[in-house]
Amino acid sequence: MSDSNYTPNSKLGKWFNDRLPLLTLANHLTDYPTPKNLNYWWTFGGILTFCLITQIVTGLVLAMHYIADTKLAFASVEHIMRDVNYGWLIRYVHANGASMFFLAVYIHIFRSLFYGSYKSPREIIWIIGIIIYLLMMAAAFMGYVLPWGQMSYWGATVITNLFSAIPFIGEGITTWLWGGYSVDNPTLTRFYALHYLIPFLILGLVVLHIWALHVPGNNNPVGIEIKKPSNDTVPFHPYIVIKDAFALLLFLIVFAFFVFYTPNILGHADNYIEANPLVTPAHIVPEWYLLPFYAILRSVPDKLMGVIAMFSAILILAALPWLDTSKVRSAVFRPLYKQFYWILVIDVLVLGYVGAMPAEGLYLLVARVATAYYFLHFLIVLPVLGWTEKTNPVPLNITEPVLAGSALATRSVREDKTEINLKSLG
Amino acid sequence: MKKFISTFIIILTIFFSQNSSISAETPKLLKTDWTFKGLFGKYDRASLQRGYQVYTEVCAACHSMQYLSYRNLSEPGGPEFTEDEAKFIAASFEILDGPNSEGEMFTRPAKLSDKFLMPYDNVEAAKAANGGAYPPDMSVLVKARKGGADYIYSLLLGYEDPPSDIKLDDGVYYNKYMYGNKIKMPVPLSDGLVEYGDGTLATEEQMAKDITTFLMWSAEPHLETRHKTGFRVIIYLIILSILVYLTMKKIWSRVETKI
Amino acid sequence: MSDKKPKNRRDFIFTATAAAGAVGVGAAVWPLVDQMNPDASVKALASTEVDVSSVKPGQSITVVWRGKPVFIKRRTQEEIDKARSVSLDELKHPEKDEDRVKNPEWLVMLGICTHLGCVPLSDKGEYDGWFCPCHGSHYDTSGRIRKGPAPINMEIPEYVFLNENTIKIG
Repeated sequence: MSDSNYTPNSKLGKWFNDRLPLLTLANHLTDYPTPKNLNYWWTFGGILTFCLITQIVTGLVLAMHYIADTKLAFASVEHIMRDVNYGWLIRYVHANGASMFFLAVYIHIFRSLFYGSYKSPREIIWIIGIIIYLLMMAAAFMGYVLPWGQMSYWGATVITNLFSAIPFIGEGITTWLWGGYSVDNPTLTRFYALHYLIPFLILGLVVLHIWALHVPGNNNPVGIEIKKPSNDTVPFHPYIVIKDAFALLLFLIVFAFFVFYTPNILGHADNYIEANPLVTPAHIVPEWYLLPFYAILRSVPDKLMGVIAMFSAILILAALPWLDTSKVRSAVFRPLYKQFYWILVIDVLVLGYVGAMPAEGLYLLVARVATAYYFLHFLIVLPVLGWTEKTNPVPLNITEPVLAGSALATRSVREDKTEINLKSLG
Repeated sequence: MKKFISTFIIILTIFFSQNSSISAETPKLLKTDWTFKGLFGKYDRASLQRGYQVYTEVCAACHSMQYLSYRNLSEPGGPEFTEDEAKFIAASFEILDGPNSEGEMFTRPAKLSDKFLMPYDNVEAAKAANGGAYPPDMSVLVKARKGGADYIYSLLLGYEDPPSDIKLDDGVYYNKYMYGNKIKMPVPLSDGLVEYGDGTLATEEQMAKDITTFLMWSAEPHLETRHKTGFRVIIYLIILSILVYLTMKKIWSRVETKI
Repeated sequence: MSDKKPKNRRDFIFTATAAAGAVGVGAAVWPLVDQMNPDASVKALASTEVDVSSVKPGQSITVVWRGKPVFIKRRTQEEIDKARSVSLDELKHPEKDEDRVKNPEWLVMLGICTHLGCVPLSDKGEYDGWFCPCHGSHYDTSGRIRKGPAPINMEIPEYVFLNENTIKIG
């Protein structure tokens, strides 16, 4: 890397840095050359880091007051909400923070899909990202169990029962997960332990995610490899830092609105009823961020196949760098892919919608079509598009998009590009 | 930037419409002018105090409020009885305490730090006394029902004669807002059931409104602080956003790229 | 001149942004700190009432107040005399017995050694008061430190006699 020959100015700094090159790291992070044409969709990486830290800090605080015991869990949450100083604030931030985290991660993932950020040489960054996403779902699910309300209990029952679909060993695995013959105290305490552990695993993976990112450097809206550092880049600090800060603040306004004015809208009323193993709520749905996968699960009539379909829907993303055969990264220059991209977005939203609806009649039919299309997109559309699509000419660099041909062509392309940059997600 | 914001808003809108569409299935709930809604919503103290009266004189015969303590009655943001009034209220209940130095349980008048007296010793006793139906604990009831305060208010006023095609067993009543329309709670309120100390006319609607306000407070005791803090936080965030935006413009003016 | 103005304005914006940001971070940290302070239910238990009618002269009882032991000792006349006859010069932490009790018969104090927080044993030690087994502090019949590492006398909590038989601590 370009900054490997950095030497601190002070003697002490040099002495320290020779032994532990923290200053070299700090220097690398500050000077890290970033494409200057990154748009606001790129600020979600920073926002996600903020979300993770917020969840860890508020979670740590909640853990000081929460009691993981089926007889006391619900009451301890009420104690936090009523008596602990600022307990209501901290819990609402943590609960809504999970939703905000997923909102941001979905934008982050779909940004990557649009601009082809998963493609070579960034496959490892992408795969680490998918693992982080999986761990986030595990953490969110286990966290939702902790208040020990009706949705906690029945959500835990339904999700752990998924594993019973595995032939021969399924029942054994479910019993092992429960530590008993139903979801009960042993389940709650182990979920609590794991819920506490997973965020730190995620934190470690985030470090790897960023490390892997800093090897090839950021992708950018144009999707071309750029020389770093060059005219096309700016140092991370202060340019990207201040931009990320601005985007984070806008995000925080939305976040604050949820926390202070509609703190329970993203949750379920049933979770304010203490868990009752004898009564199932009339309408069980997972949290909104898991709905698309829930829809896929329910759209398959066979228990085992449904579970396989649901997990495949997530794991197929890991194979994406090899399923997408196109050499062009950014959808900006792929007129056909761009349309299929938006169909996929709508498809996932539709899946989310039907996931919240009862699995019957028209909803079930729509869920099946949408599920089929989801897999079709990744398994057929993407590889075929890569081979057949006629892409638009790609500029050679960001500042001076020179193309083979006359100066006039260059000029017109530049205008196009500005247009494209503005429209890039339109 | 504009494009970004508009797309972001579209995403949020879809996100919201998805959520709100989930909760629209029961018959349209009755609406009333709650003072606690909106950005600056606060509780109506007089209504909370009357609501407490309805709770003790009517609901408390069957419904517990296990997460509330008598001290809550005098805490800011609630009914705000004076501390002496709250002490007096507490002392009118006999609470089981002990064991004493002889190992015996004994009763004593409740103190501010005590939880609300429960009508039944346990869930089973409550069920046995109510034809097998457990009168739910009311501490967080408003948050535990879809539709919240509007739902509770509607339910209290939603008793009707059943349609001719529905047969009701003994001890089961018809309520058009109840899930499945069958409810085991008999009509709880009727005009003049309680006598308000402040001279307010105790109509059925008035009592329903007061008790619902009281239950909303018991479910969200910090609502007023939350609204107040929220307003300050959002104003602060907007100001800081503007400052950071100006800083960003300044910094990025060194490179000619648009942001 | 012309290039100085924008620089000032820039500096102002930078400073204002940094200051506003710092204020926000501070405000956000406070709830995370304050949540560790005693919560509302703990504060509500800050006082406790004790019935002392069954305590005979010479006996003492231990009650719990704010999670800590409080010794309530009904002293004999002999013990009172002993506590009052000591000259202040002999004391490590000079306090009159009269200042430590509201009613000479009743000594109410926090049963916690002021050295490192252990609970002293009653009717032990060289001064017939209390003796802390942890590091050997000796207290007299007024709970004053007489010998050993403890720096000050055992603390007297706030209390009142509600009536002859009831003491309200806190």
